Amino acid sequence: MNVRIPILKLDEVLIVSIQWELDDQTAIQFQEDLLNKMHETTARGVVIDLTSIDFIDSFIAKVLGDVISMSSLMGAKVVITGIQPAVAITLIELGIRLENVMTALDLENGLTKLRRELEA
Amino acid sequence: MDNRSSVEIFTEWDIVAARQLGRNEAKNSGFGTVDQARITTAISELARNIYLYAGKGKIEIERLSTDGMKGMTIIASDEGPGIPDLRKVMEDGFSTSGGLGAGMPGVKRLMDDFKVESEVGKGTTITATKWLR
Repeated sequence: MNVRIPILKLDEVLIVSIQWELDDQTAIQFQEDLLNKMHETTARGVVIDLTSIDFIDSFIAKVLGDVISMSSLMGAKVVITGIQPAVAITLIELGIRLENVMTALDLENGLTKLRRELEA
Repeated sequence: MDNRSSVEIFTEWDIVAARQLGRNEAKNSGFGTVDQARITTAISELARNIYLYAGKGKIEIERLSTDGMKGMTIIASDEGPGIPDLRKVMEDGFSTSGGLGAGMPGVKRLMDDFKVESEVGKGTTITATKWLR
């Protein structure tokens, strides 16, 4: 049952697409894997695409928020892309505000935004 | 007609099982995608609270049909330590487990009706209902 989320590298950017419902273990494992991959590859940016995710609870939100802060400590920038309308509505109602987080409508826009950030 | 189903919560995997059951029931009851996400998220928060604070318990899901109103009730029950200060757990940002403290007040906002019964040393039962509009 312990599936790992694949992390792809494209130039200096890591791309992660979360394709299935996250259980707690997978989420924690992902946090570690992403930071290790960043360290190995000296990637400067990360795009995490959540298009296939149809709900985010407070635990997953905390893991995501933490991984963004941890990446920033390591000197990388993270963009979250593809948050569905239902997910955005429930996150805010739940009382979770992912503040100071770069977001974009989809992967393509996310990559453009990230590249612009990295060049700046 | 059997309109009640349940998942026992013992491990982290049971949290996943409970929310999958909830999402399927919500979908079959005719809820739209936003309400499905609300219900799934609420179940996930309640199941995790059971797992974190009581160790074990149960999530029951009941389909409702009264006076032409249809809906779904989530009953989260455990025989854990109970909640000493109910007002405190309903405050945003209050957590004893290092979490975000969004769970209880968040679930209340996601659902239409929300009720907590808790007795210290005996356990907690939380009942939350969403009505189909």
